[in-house]
Amino acid sequence: MELFQYPYMQRALIGALVIGLAAPALGIYLVQRRLALIGDGVGHVALTGVGAGLLLNRSPVLVAVVVATLGAVAIELVRARGRTSGDLALALLFYGGIAGGVMLVGLSDATSANLNAYLFGSLTTISPQDLTTIVVLGAAILVTMLALRPALFAVCHDEEYARVAGLPVRALNLLLAVGTAVTVTIAMRAVGVLLISALMVVPVATAQQVTRGFRATMTAAMALGLFAAGSGVWVAANADTAPGASVVLLAIASFLAVAVVAAAWRALRRRRAEAGTPAPEPHEVVLR
Amino acid sequence: MTEPVITVAHGVVGYDGRPVLRDVSLAVDTGEVVAILGANGSGKSTLIRAVLGLVPLHSGSVALFGTPLRRFRQWKRIGYVPQRLGAGGGVPATAREVVASGRLARRGVLRPPGRADRVAVDAALASVGLADRAGDPVATLSGGQQQRTLIARALAGEPELLVLDEPTAGVDAASQEAFAGALRGFLDGGGTVLLVAHELGPLRPLISRAVVVHQGGIAHDGAVPEPAGHHADPDHDHVHPHAPDEPAGLWSS
Repeated sequence: MELFQYPYMQRALIGALVIGLAAPALGIYLVQRRLALIGDGVGHVALTGVGAGLLLNRSPVLVAVVVATLGAVAIELVRARGRTSGDLALALLFYGGIAGGVMLVGLSDATSANLNAYLFGSLTTISPQDLTTIVVLGAAILVTMLALRPALFAVCHDEEYARVAGLPVRALNLLLAVGTAVTVTIAMRAVGVLLISALMVVPVATAQQVTRGFRATMTAAMALGLFAAGSGVWVAANADTAPGASVVLLAIASFLAVAVVAAAWRALRRRRAEAGTPAPEPHEVVLR
Repeated sequence: MTEPVITVAHGVVGYDGRPVLRDVSLAVDTGEVVAILGANGSGKSTLIRAVLGLVPLHSGSVALFGTPLRRFRQWKRIGYVPQRLGAGGGVPATAREVVASGRLARRGVLRPPGRADRVAVDAALASVGLADRAGDPVATLSGGQQQRTLIARALAGEPELLVLDEPTAGVDAASQEAFAGALRGFLDGGGTVLLVAHELGPLRPLISRAVVVHQGGIAHDGAVPEPAGHHADPDHDHVHPHAPDEPAGLWSS
Protein backbone atom coordinates (compact mmCIF):
# COMPACT_ATOMS: atom_id res chain seq x y z
CA MET A 1 0.00 0.00 0.00
CA GLU A 2 2.91 2.33 0.81
CA LEU A 3 3.70 2.42 -2.92
CA PHE A 4 0.79 4.82 -3.34
CA GLN A 5 2.67 7.41 -1.28
CA TYR A 6 4.81 8.06 -4.35
CA PRO A 7 3.42 10.79 -6.60
CA TYR A 8 3.98 8.71 -9.76
CA MET A 9 1.81 5.93 -8.37
CA GLN A 10 -0.87 8.42 -7.35
CA ARG A 11 -0.84 9.81 -10.87
CA ALA A 12 -1.07 6.30 -12.28
CA LEU A 13 -4.06 5.52 -10.07
CA ILE A 14 -5.92 8.77 -10.82
CA GLY A 15 -5.25 8.43 -14.54
CA ALA A 16 -6.45 4.83 -14.56
CA LEU A 17 -9.61 5.66 -12.61
CA VAL A 18 -10.56 8.53 -14.95
CA ILE A 19 -10.04 6.31 -17.98
CA GLY A 20 -11.83 3.39 -16.34
CA LEU A 21 -14.86 5.61 -15.88
CA ALA A 22 -14.80 7.43 -19.24
CA ALA A 23 -13.98 4.55 -21.59
CA PRO A 24 -17.12 2.44 -20.96
CA ALA A 25 -19.31 5.58 -20.91
CA LEU A 26 -18.36 6.07 -24.54
CA GLY A 27 -17.86 2.42 -25.39
CA ILE A 28 -21.48 1.55 -24.67
CA TYR A 29 -22.60 3.55 -27.72
CA LEU A 30 -20.07 1.75 -29.89
CA VAL A 31 -21.26 -1.63 -28.61
CA GLN A 32 -24.88 -0.65 -29.19
CA ARG A 33 -23.98 0.19 -32.76
CA ARG A 34 -22.08 -3.05 -33.14
CA LEU A 35 -18.89 -1.14 -33.79
CA ALA A 36 -17.13 -2.59 -30.77
CA LEU A 37 -13.76 -2.83 -32.46
CA ILE A 38 -13.73 0.67 -33.93
CA GLY A 39 -11.69 1.83 -30.94
CA ASP A 40 -8.95 -0.53 -32.03
CA GLY A 41 -8.91 1.01 -35.48
CA VAL A 42 -8.74 4.54 -34.12
CA GLY A 43 -5.99 3.39 -31.78
CA HIS A 44 -3.92 2.25 -34.75
CA VAL A 45 -4.36 5.64 -36.35
CA ALA A 46 -3.45 7.37 -33.08
CA LEU A 47 -0.11 5.60 -33.18
CA THR A 48 0.79 7.59 -36.28
CA GLY A 49 0.03 10.69 -34.24
CA VAL A 50 2.38 9.48 -31.52
CA GLY A 51 5.09 8.93 -34.10
CA ALA A 52 4.55 12.38 -35.56
CA GLY A 53 4.63 13.91 -32.09
CA LEU A 54 7.90 12.19 -31.20
CA LEU A 55 9.42 13.15 -34.54
CA LEU A 56 8.39 16.80 -34.26
CA ASN A 57 9.25 16.98 -30.56
CA ARG A 58 5.69 17.93 -29.69
CA SER A 59 3.55 16.27 -27.01
CA PRO A 60 2.80 12.83 -28.49
CA VAL A 61 -0.55 12.66 -26.71
CA LEU A 62 -1.80 15.97 -28.11
CA VAL A 63 -0.62 15.22 -31.66
CA ALA A 64 -2.23 11.79 -31.32
CA VAL A 65 -5.55 13.42 -30.31
CA VAL A 66 -5.48 15.48 -33.51
CA VAL A 67 -4.47 12.60 -35.80
CA ALA A 68 -6.87 10.12 -34.18
CA THR A 69 -9.71 12.63 -34.50
CA LEU A 70 -9.01 13.05 -38.20
CA GLY A 71 -8.89 9.26 -38.55
CA ALA A 72 -12.12 8.72 -36.61
CA VAL A 73 -13.94 11.35 -38.66
CA ALA A 74 -12.68 9.70 -41.84
CA ILE A 75 -13.92 6.31 -40.61
CA GLU A 76 -17.30 7.80 -39.74
CA LEU A 77 -17.62 9.40 -43.18
CA VAL A 78 -16.78 6.06 -44.80
CA ARG A 79 -19.33 4.33 -42.58
CA ALA A 80 -22.07 6.85 -43.37
CA ARG A 81 -21.48 6.52 -47.12
CA GLY A 82 -22.39 2.85 -47.22
CA ARG A 83 -20.87 -0.44 -46.39
CA THR A 84 -19.68 -2.06 -49.56
CA SER A 85 -16.18 -0.65 -49.69
CA GLY A 86 -16.18 0.45 -46.05
CA ASP A 87 -14.48 -2.70 -44.81
CA LEU A 88 -11.52 -2.27 -47.08
CA ALA A 89 -11.26 1.44 -46.42
CA LEU A 90 -11.16 0.72 -42.71
CA ALA A 91 -8.49 -1.93 -43.14
CA LEU A 92 -6.33 0.51 -45.12
CA LEU A 93 -6.73 3.12 -42.40
CA PHE A 94 -5.91 0.68 -39.61
CA TYR A 95 -2.77 -0.79 -41.09
CA GLY A 96 -1.69 2.50 -42.59
CA GLY A 97 -2.03 3.97 -39.11
CA ILE A 98 0.10 1.41 -37.31
CA ALA A 99 2.72 1.20 -40.06
CA GLY A 100 2.95 4.99 -40.15
CA GLY A 101 3.34 5.06 -36.38
CA VAL A 102 6.11 2.49 -36.30
CA MET A 103 7.92 4.21 -39.15
CA LEU A 104 7.71 7.71 -37.67
CA VAL A 105 8.77 6.51 -34.24
CA GLY A 106 11.73 4.78 -35.93
CA LEU A 107 12.69 8.02 -37.72
CA SER A 108 12.66 9.97 -34.48
CA ASP A 109 15.26 9.64 -31.75
CA ALA A 110 12.83 7.68 -29.63
CA THR A 111 13.78 4.23 -28.41
CA SER A 112 11.73 1.06 -28.70
CA ALA A 113 10.86 1.58 -25.03
CA ASN A 114 9.02 4.74 -26.12
CA LEU A 115 7.07 2.79 -28.71
CA ASN A 116 6.25 0.07 -26.19
CA ALA A 117 4.89 2.69 -23.80
CA TYR A 118 2.25 3.54 -26.36
CA LEU A 119 1.65 0.03 -27.66
CA PHE A 120 1.08 -1.50 -24.24
CA GLY A 121 0.61 1.48 -21.96
CA SER A 122 2.86 2.98 -19.36
CA LEU A 123 0.79 4.26 -16.47
CA THR A 124 3.72 4.76 -14.14
CA THR A 125 5.48 7.23 -16.46
CA ILE A 126 2.53 9.63 -16.62
CA SER A 127 3.82 13.16 -16.10
CA PRO A 128 1.79 15.80 -14.22
CA GLN A 129 0.99 17.46 -17.58
CA ASP A 130 -0.16 14.10 -18.98
CA LEU A 131 -2.41 13.67 -15.98
CA THR A 132 -3.96 17.10 -16.49
CA THR A 133 -4.68 16.20 -20.14
CA ILE A 134 -6.21 12.88 -19.10
CA VAL A 135 -8.40 14.39 -16.37
CA VAL A 136 -9.65 17.32 -18.48
CA LEU A 137 -10.39 15.26 -21.59
CA GLY A 138 -11.79 12.36 -19.56
CA ALA A 139 -14.16 14.67 -17.72
CA ALA A 140 -15.26 16.22 -21.02
CA ILE A 141 -16.03 12.77 -22.45
CA LEU A 142 -17.91 11.74 -19.33
CA VAL A 143 -20.06 14.87 -19.20
CA THR A 144 -20.86 14.72 -22.93
CA MET A 145 -21.75 11.04 -22.95
CA LEU A 146 -23.99 11.39 -19.89
CA ALA A 147 -25.67 14.66 -20.87
CA LEU A 148 -26.42 13.57 -24.43
CA ARG A 149 -27.46 10.04 -23.50
CA PRO A 150 -31.06 10.25 -24.78
CA ALA A 151 -30.00 11.63 -28.16
CA LEU A 152 -26.98 9.36 -28.58
CA PHE A 153 -29.09 6.37 -27.52
CA ALA A 154 -31.71 7.25 -30.12
CA VAL A 155 -29.15 7.62 -32.91
CA CYS A 156 -27.32 4.40 -32.05
CA HIS A 157 -30.52 2.46 -31.48
CA ASP A 158 -32.39 3.43 -34.65
CA GLU A 159 -30.63 5.90 -36.90
CA GLU A 160 -33.51 6.20 -39.36
CA TYR A 161 -35.98 7.01 -36.64
CA ALA A 162 -33.57 9.60 -35.27
CA ARG A 163 -33.44 11.25 -38.69
CA VAL A 164 -37.22 11.47 -38.89
CA ALA A 165 -37.24 12.86 -35.34
CA GLY A 166 -35.14 15.72 -36.72
CA LEU A 167 -32.10 14.95 -34.58
CA PRO A 168 -28.75 16.23 -35.88
CA VAL A 169 -27.73 12.67 -36.73
CA ARG A 170 -24.57 13.55 -38.61
CA ALA A 171 -23.34 15.90 -35.89
CA LEU A 172 -24.03 13.30 -33.20
CA ASN A 173 -22.20 10.62 -35.18
CA LEU A 174 -19.23 12.89 -35.65
CA LEU A 175 -19.31 13.75 -31.96
CA LEU A 176 -19.14 10.06 -31.19
CA ALA A 177 -16.24 9.64 -33.62
CA VAL A 178 -14.33 12.53 -32.04
CA GLY A 179 -15.16 11.21 -28.57
CA THR A 180 -13.79 7.82 -29.57
CA ALA A 181 -10.56 9.41 -30.77
CA VAL A 182 -10.14 11.41 -27.56
CA THR A 183 -10.90 8.42 -25.35
CA VAL A 184 -8.52 6.21 -27.28
CA THR A 185 -5.74 8.74 -27.03
CA ILE A 186 -5.99 9.22 -23.29
CA ALA A 187 -6.49 5.49 -22.72
CA MET A 188 -3.39 4.86 -24.78
CA ARG A 189 -1.24 6.06 -21.86
CA ALA A 190 -2.95 3.62 -19.53
CA VAL A 191 -3.47 0.37 -21.40
CA GLY A 192 -1.77 0.97 -24.73
CA VAL A 193 -2.95 1.05 -28.32
CA LEU A 194 -3.31 -2.71 -28.52
CA LEU A 195 -5.57 -3.01 -25.46
CA ILE A 196 -7.70 0.13 -25.78
CA SER A 197 -10.87 -1.49 -27.02
CA ALA A 198 -10.86 -3.76 -23.98
CA LEU A 199 -11.63 -0.89 -21.60
CA MET A 200 -14.34 0.50 -23.86
CA VAL A 201 -16.03 -2.81 -24.57
CA VAL A 202 -15.39 -5.42 -21.89
CA PRO A 203 -17.13 -3.59 -18.99
CA VAL A 204 -20.18 -3.07 -21.23
CA ALA A 205 -20.20 -6.72 -22.25
CA THR A 206 -19.95 -7.70 -18.58
CA ALA A 207 -22.75 -5.39 -17.48
CA GLN A 208 -25.23 -6.32 -20.19
CA GLN A 209 -25.26 -9.94 -19.13
CA VAL A 210 -27.31 -9.00 -16.10
CA THR A 211 -28.92 -5.62 -16.88
CA ARG A 212 -32.30 -4.99 -18.48
CA GLY A 213 -32.00 -1.43 -19.70
CA PHE A 214 -29.55 0.92 -21.36
CA ARG A 215 -29.17 3.30 -18.45
CA ALA A 216 -28.56 0.45 -16.00
CA THR A 217 -25.99 -1.05 -18.38
CA MET A 218 -24.18 2.27 -18.66
CA THR A 219 -24.06 2.76 -14.88
CA ALA A 220 -22.91 -0.78 -14.23
CA ALA A 221 -20.30 -0.64 -17.01
CA MET A 222 -18.84 2.57 -15.57
CA ALA A 223 -18.69 1.00 -12.11
CA LEU A 224 -16.98 -2.09 -13.56
CA GLY A 225 -14.51 0.06 -15.49
CA LEU A 226 -13.68 1.96 -12.33
CA PHE A 227 -13.22 -1.30 -10.44
CA ALA A 228 -11.01 -2.88 -13.10
CA ALA A 229 -8.84 0.24 -13.36
CA GLY A 230 -8.43 0.67 -9.61
CA SER A 231 -7.81 -2.96 -8.78
CA GLY A 232 -5.59 -3.38 -11.86
CA VAL A 233 -3.26 -0.62 -10.74
CA TRP A 234 -3.27 -2.01 -7.21
CA VAL A 235 -2.40 -5.51 -8.40
CA ALA A 236 0.29 -4.12 -10.69
CA ALA A 237 1.85 -2.15 -7.86
CA ASN A 238 1.89 -5.10 -5.48
CA ALA A 239 2.71 -7.93 -7.86
CA ASP A 240 4.98 -5.79 -10.07
CA THR A 241 3.06 -6.63 -13.25
CA ALA A 242 2.35 -4.43 -16.26
CA PRO A 243 -0.48 -2.07 -15.18
CA GLY A 244 -2.27 -1.96 -18.54
CA ALA A 245 -2.37 -5.72 -18.91
CA SER A 246 -3.44 -6.11 -15.27
CA VAL A 247 -6.36 -3.73 -15.76
CA VAL A 248 -7.52 -5.55 -18.89
CA LEU A 249 -7.12 -9.02 -17.38
CA LEU A 250 -9.15 -7.97 -14.34
CA ALA A 251 -11.88 -6.60 -16.62
CA ILE A 252 -11.98 -9.92 -18.48
CA ALA A 253 -11.94 -11.86 -15.20
CA SER A 254 -15.02 -9.91 -14.07
CA PHE A 255 -16.68 -10.73 -17.36
CA LEU A 256 -16.11 -14.44 -16.82
CA ALA A 257 -17.18 -14.28 -13.18
CA VAL A 258 -20.41 -12.48 -14.06
CA ALA A 259 -21.05 -14.88 -16.95
CA VAL A 260 -20.76 -17.89 -14.66
CA VAL A 261 -22.92 -16.36 -11.93
CA ALA A 262 -25.56 -15.19 -14.42
CA ALA A 263 -25.72 -18.60 -16.10
CA ALA A 264 -26.09 -20.34 -12.75
CA TRP A 265 -28.81 -17.91 -11.71
CA ARG A 266 -30.70 -18.39 -14.97
CA ALA A 267 -30.49 -22.16 -14.65
CA LEU A 268 -31.80 -21.96 -11.11
CA ARG A 269 -34.67 -19.72 -12.17
CA ARG A 270 -35.53 -21.97 -15.09
CA ARG A 271 -35.70 -24.97 -12.82
CA ARG A 272 -38.00 -23.05 -10.50
CA ALA A 273 -40.13 -21.83 -13.43
CA GLU A 274 -40.47 -25.35 -14.84
CA ALA A 275 -41.91 -26.48 -11.54
CA GLY A 276 -44.36 -23.56 -11.47
CA THR A 277 -45.95 -21.65 -14.35
CA PRO A 278 -45.86 -22.86 -17.97
CA ALA A 279 -43.32 -21.29 -20.32
CA PRO A 280 -44.45 -18.18 -22.24
CA GLU A 281 -45.56 -18.51 -25.84
CA PRO A 282 -42.78 -18.26 -28.43
CA HIS A 283 -42.47 -15.01 -30.38
CA GLU A 284 -44.84 -14.52 -33.27
CA VAL A 285 -42.14 -12.82 -35.26
CA VAL A 286 -38.49 -13.72 -35.30
CA LEU A 287 -36.33 -10.65 -35.70
CA ARG A 288 -33.72 -10.72 -38.38
CA MET B 1 -58.80 25.80 -47.28
CA THR B 2 -55.82 24.63 -45.26
CA GLU B 3 -52.66 23.20 -46.74
CA PRO B 4 -52.57 19.41 -47.18
CA VAL B 5 -50.50 17.64 -44.52
CA ILE B 6 -48.59 15.72 -47.19
CA THR B 7 -48.15 16.72 -50.80
CA VAL B 8 -46.20 14.60 -53.27
CA ALA B 9 -46.01 16.05 -56.78
CA HIS B 10 -44.65 13.98 -59.66
CA GLY B 11 -42.31 12.08 -57.36
CA VAL B 12 -39.74 9.81 -59.02
CA VAL B 13 -37.48 7.54 -56.97
CA GLY B 14 -34.90 5.09 -58.25
CA TYR B 15 -32.36 2.78 -56.69
CA ASP B 16 -29.20 2.24 -58.76
CA GLY B 17 -30.86 3.58 -61.86
CA ARG B 18 -33.82 1.22 -61.54
CA PRO B 19 -37.02 3.25 -61.16
CA VAL B 20 -39.11 2.26 -58.13
CA LEU B 21 -41.62 5.08 -58.20
CA ARG B 22 -42.51 6.90 -61.39
CA ASP B 23 -44.43 10.14 -61.44
CA VAL B 24 -46.38 9.64 -58.22
CA SER B 25 -48.64 12.41 -56.95
CA LEU B 26 -50.50 12.23 -53.67
CA ALA B 27 -52.11 14.62 -51.22
CA VAL B 28 -53.22 13.81 -47.69
CA ASP B 29 -55.42 16.28 -45.80
CA THR B 30 -55.81 16.84 -42.08
CA GLY B 31 -57.83 14.12 -40.35
CA GLU B 32 -57.54 11.62 -43.18
CA VAL B 33 -56.43 8.03 -42.67
CA VAL B 34 -54.80 6.99 -45.91
CA ALA B 35 -53.72 3.39 -46.47
CA ILE B 36 -51.12 2.68 -49.13
CA LEU B 37 -51.78 -0.80 -50.46
CA GLY B 38 -49.95 -2.93 -52.93
CA ALA B 39 -47.99 -6.10 -53.48
CA ASN B 40 -44.47 -6.58 -52.22
CA GLY B 41 -42.03 -4.69 -54.38
CA SER B 42 -44.72 -2.35 -55.72
CA GLY B 43 -42.94 0.67 -54.20
CA LYS B 44 -45.36 1.37 -51.36
CA SER B 45 -42.71 1.47 -48.64
CA THR B 46 -40.47 3.56 -50.87
CA LEU B 47 -43.31 6.07 -51.19
CA ILE B 48 -43.51 6.76 -47.46
CA ARG B 49 -39.74 6.73 -47.13
CA ALA B 50 -39.60 9.39 -49.81
CA VAL B 51 -42.27 11.39 -47.96
CA LEU B 52 -40.07 11.34 -44.85
CA GLY B 53 -36.90 12.20 -46.73
CA LEU B 54 -35.29 8.83 -45.99
CA VAL B 55 -34.77 8.17 -49.69
CA PRO B 56 -33.94 11.02 -52.06
CA LEU B 57 -36.33 12.03 -54.81
CA HIS B 58 -34.97 11.79 -58.32
CA SER B 59 -37.36 14.47 -59.44
CA GLY B 60 -40.63 15.94 -58.31
CA SER B 61 -41.28 17.39 -54.87
CA VAL B 62 -42.55 16.54 -51.40
CA ALA B 63 -44.04 19.04 -48.96
CA LEU B 64 -45.01 18.43 -45.33
CA PHE B 65 -47.50 20.79 -43.69
CA GLY B 66 -47.07 23.10 -46.68
CA THR B 67 -43.28 23.34 -46.30
CA PRO B 68 -40.98 21.81 -48.92
CA LEU B 69 -39.18 18.80 -47.43
CA ARG B 70 -35.79 20.48 -47.90
CA ARG B 71 -36.75 23.29 -45.55
CA PHE B 72 -39.00 21.28 -43.24
CA ARG B 73 -37.78 21.40 -39.62
CA GLN B 74 -40.89 20.78 -37.51
CA TRP B 75 -40.23 17.08 -37.11
CA LYS B 76 -42.05 17.03 -33.77
CA ARG B 77 -45.28 17.17 -35.79
CA ILE B 78 -44.50 13.74 -37.28
CA GLY B 79 -44.44 10.35 -35.63
CA TYR B 80 -42.72 7.60 -37.62
CA VAL B 81 -43.25 3.90 -37.00
CA PRO B 82 -40.75 1.75 -38.92
CA GLN B 83 -41.52 -1.79 -39.92
CA ARG B 84 -39.13 -3.31 -37.42
CA LEU B 85 -37.04 -2.35 -34.49
CA GLY B 86 -33.77 -1.01 -35.90
CA ALA B 87 -30.72 -3.19 -36.19
CA GLY B 88 -29.11 -1.20 -33.39
CA GLY B 89 -29.23 -2.84 -30.02
CA GLY B 90 -26.09 -4.64 -29.04
CA VAL B 91 -27.00 -3.28 -25.61
CA PRO B 92 -30.29 -4.09 -23.87
CA ALA B 93 -32.89 -1.32 -23.71
CA THR B 94 -36.20 -1.32 -21.87
CA ALA B 95 -39.48 -0.62 -23.65
CA ARG B 96 -39.69 2.62 -21.67
CA GLU B 97 -36.25 3.73 -22.86
CA VAL B 98 -37.18 3.08 -26.48
CA VAL B 99 -40.48 4.96 -26.10
CA ALA B 100 -38.67 7.85 -24.38
CA SER B 101 -36.74 8.46 -27.63
CA GLY B 102 -40.05 9.64 -29.03
CA ARG B 103 -39.85 12.77 -26.89
CA LEU B 104 -36.57 13.97 -28.41
CA ALA B 105 -38.12 15.68 -31.42
CA ARG B 106 -40.24 17.76 -29.07
CA ARG B 107 -37.66 18.35 -26.35
CA GLY B 108 -34.47 18.81 -28.34
CA VAL B 109 -31.10 17.19 -27.89
CA LEU B 110 -29.74 19.22 -25.00
CA ARG B 111 -32.61 19.51 -22.56
CA PRO B 112 -32.86 16.69 -19.99
CA PRO B 113 -36.21 14.89 -19.74
CA GLY B 114 -38.73 16.50 -17.40
CA ARG B 115 -42.08 15.70 -15.87
CA ALA B 116 -44.04 16.32 -19.05
CA ASP B 117 -41.81 13.82 -20.85
CA ARG B 118 -42.38 11.14 -18.23
CA VAL B 119 -46.13 11.68 -18.30
CA ALA B 120 -46.24 11.46 -22.10
CA VAL B 121 -44.14 8.27 -22.13
CA ASP B 122 -46.41 6.67 -19.52
CA ALA B 123 -49.51 7.64 -21.48
CA ALA B 124 -48.08 6.29 -24.73
CA LEU B 125 -47.15 2.97 -23.14
CA ALA B 126 -50.62 2.70 -21.60
CA SER B 127 -52.34 3.54 -24.89
CA VAL B 128 -50.81 0.47 -26.56
CA GLY B 129 -51.39 -1.72 -23.49
CA LEU B 130 -47.73 -2.11 -22.53
CA ALA B 131 -47.70 -0.22 -19.22
CA ASP B 132 -46.91 -3.45 -17.35
CA ARG B 133 -43.99 -4.28 -19.67
CA ALA B 134 -42.34 -0.85 -19.51
CA GLY B 135 -39.31 -2.11 -17.60
CA ASP B 136 -38.74 -5.21 -19.72
CA PRO B 137 -35.96 -5.35 -22.32
CA VAL B 138 -37.52 -4.95 -25.78
CA ALA B 139 -35.60 -7.97 -27.01
CA THR B 140 -37.69 -10.17 -24.70
CA LEU B 141 -41.03 -8.85 -26.03
CA SER B 142 -42.97 -10.66 -28.73
CA GLY B 143 -42.98 -9.31 -32.29
CA GLY B 144 -46.38 -7.72 -31.76
CA GLN B 145 -45.32 -6.14 -28.51
CA GLN B 146 -42.17 -4.76 -30.13
CA GLN B 147 -44.32 -3.25 -32.86
CA ARG B 148 -46.55 -1.69 -30.20
CA THR B 149 -43.43 -0.28 -28.52
CA LEU B 150 -42.53 1.47 -31.76
CA ILE B 151 -46.06 2.85 -32.07
CA ALA B 152 -45.87 4.10 -28.48
CA ARG B 153 -42.54 5.77 -29.31
CA ALA B 154 -44.20 7.68 -32.15
CA LEU B 155 -47.25 8.58 -30.03
CA ALA B 156 -45.07 9.79 -27.12
CA GLY B 157 -43.99 12.75 -29.23
CA GLU B 158 -47.65 13.86 -29.50
CA PRO B 159 -47.43 14.19 -33.29
CA GLU B 160 -50.07 15.53 -35.67
CA LEU B 161 -49.19 13.06 -38.42
CA LEU B 162 -48.44 9.38 -37.93
CA VAL B 163 -46.56 7.56 -40.69
CA LEU B 164 -46.53 3.79 -40.30
CA ASP B 165 -44.74 1.17 -42.39
CA GLU B 166 -46.66 -2.12 -42.30
CA PRO B 167 -47.74 -1.76 -38.67
CA THR B 168 -49.73 -4.99 -38.69
CA ALA B 169 -47.47 -7.30 -40.70
CA GLY B 170 -46.90 -10.50 -38.79
CA VAL B 171 -48.48 -9.09 -35.63
CA ASP B 172 -50.70 -11.21 -33.36
CA ALA B 173 -54.40 -10.48 -33.05
CA ALA B 174 -54.14 -9.00 -29.56
CA SER B 175 -51.52 -6.53 -30.74
CA GLN B 176 -53.55 -5.64 -33.84
CA GLU B 177 -56.55 -4.83 -31.64
CA ALA B 178 -54.37 -2.82 -29.23
CA PHE B 179 -52.94 -0.97 -32.20
CA ALA B 180 -56.37 -0.23 -33.70
CA GLY B 181 -57.45 1.12 -30.30
CA ALA B 182 -54.39 3.37 -30.03
CA LEU B 183 -54.97 4.63 -33.56
CA ARG B 184 -58.61 5.41 -32.78
CA GLY B 185 -57.49 7.48 -29.78
CA PHE B 186 -54.98 9.34 -31.97
CA LEU B 187 -57.66 10.08 -34.59
CA ASP B 188 -60.09 11.33 -31.94
CA GLY B 189 -57.42 13.87 -31.04
CA GLY B 190 -57.51 15.21 -34.62
CA GLY B 191 -54.52 13.33 -36.00
CA THR B 192 -53.72 12.40 -39.60
CA VAL B 193 -52.42 8.96 -40.59
CA LEU B 194 -50.52 7.61 -43.56
CA LEU B 195 -49.85 3.91 -43.38
CA VAL B 196 -48.50 1.20 -45.59
CA ALA B 197 -50.32 -2.09 -45.31
CA HIS B 198 -50.41 -5.38 -47.03
CA GLU B 199 -53.78 -6.19 -45.57
CA LEU B 200 -55.98 -4.06 -43.37
CA GLY B 201 -57.45 -6.51 -40.86
CA PRO B 202 -59.01 -4.76 -37.86
CA LEU B 203 -57.87 -1.38 -39.25
CA ARG B 204 -60.32 -1.48 -42.16
CA PRO B 205 -63.10 0.54 -40.46
CA LEU B 206 -60.63 3.32 -39.61
CA ILE B 207 -59.32 3.86 -43.15
CA SER B 208 -60.85 6.82 -44.97
CA ARG B 209 -59.02 6.40 -48.27
CA ALA B 210 -56.92 3.80 -50.01
CA VAL B 211 -54.09 4.39 -52.46
CA VAL B 212 -52.99 1.36 -54.42
CA VAL B 213 -49.43 1.35 -55.70
CA HIS B 214 -48.73 -0.97 -58.58
CA GLN B 215 -45.42 -1.21 -60.41
CA GLY B 216 -44.25 2.16 -59.17
CA GLY B 217 -47.37 4.09 -60.12
CA ILE B 218 -50.66 4.84 -58.40
CA ALA B 219 -53.29 2.43 -59.72
CA HIS B 220 -56.16 3.51 -57.51
CA ASP B 221 -56.90 6.46 -55.21
CA GLY B 222 -60.27 6.48 -53.47
CA ALA B 223 -62.53 4.13 -51.57
CA VAL B 224 -61.06 1.12 -49.80
CA PRO B 225 -61.28 -1.74 -52.30
CA GLU B 226 -63.40 -4.70 -51.26
CA PRO B 227 -61.47 -7.94 -51.02
CA ALA B 228 -61.95 -9.98 -54.18
CA GLY B 229 -61.76 -13.65 -54.99
CA HIS B 230 -60.45 -15.94 -52.31
CA HIS B 231 -59.44 -12.91 -50.24
CA ALA B 232 -63.14 -12.22 -49.63
CA ASP B 233 -63.63 -15.57 -47.97
CA PRO B 234 -63.98 -14.90 -44.23
CA ASP B 235 -62.00 -18.06 -43.56
CA HIS B 236 -59.24 -16.98 -45.91
CA ASP B 237 -56.00 -17.49 -44.14
CA HIS B 238 -53.56 -14.64 -44.69
CA VAL B 239 -50.46 -16.72 -44.60
CA HIS B 240 -48.62 -15.07 -47.47
CA PRO B 241 -47.63 -11.59 -46.35
CA HIS B 242 -43.95 -12.03 -47.04
CA ALA B 243 -44.00 -14.31 -50.03
CA PRO B 244 -41.30 -13.00 -52.37
CA ASP B 245 -43.00 -13.29 -55.74
CA GLU B 246 -46.62 -12.90 -54.93
CA PRO B 247 -48.64 -11.95 -58.00
CA ALA B 248 -50.58 -8.71 -57.74
CA GLY B 249 -53.81 -10.72 -58.20
CA LEU B 250 -55.94 -8.65 -55.88
CA TRP B 251 -55.26 -5.36 -57.65
CA SER B 252 -54.54 -6.37 -61.22
CA SER B 253 -57.97 -7.76 -61.99
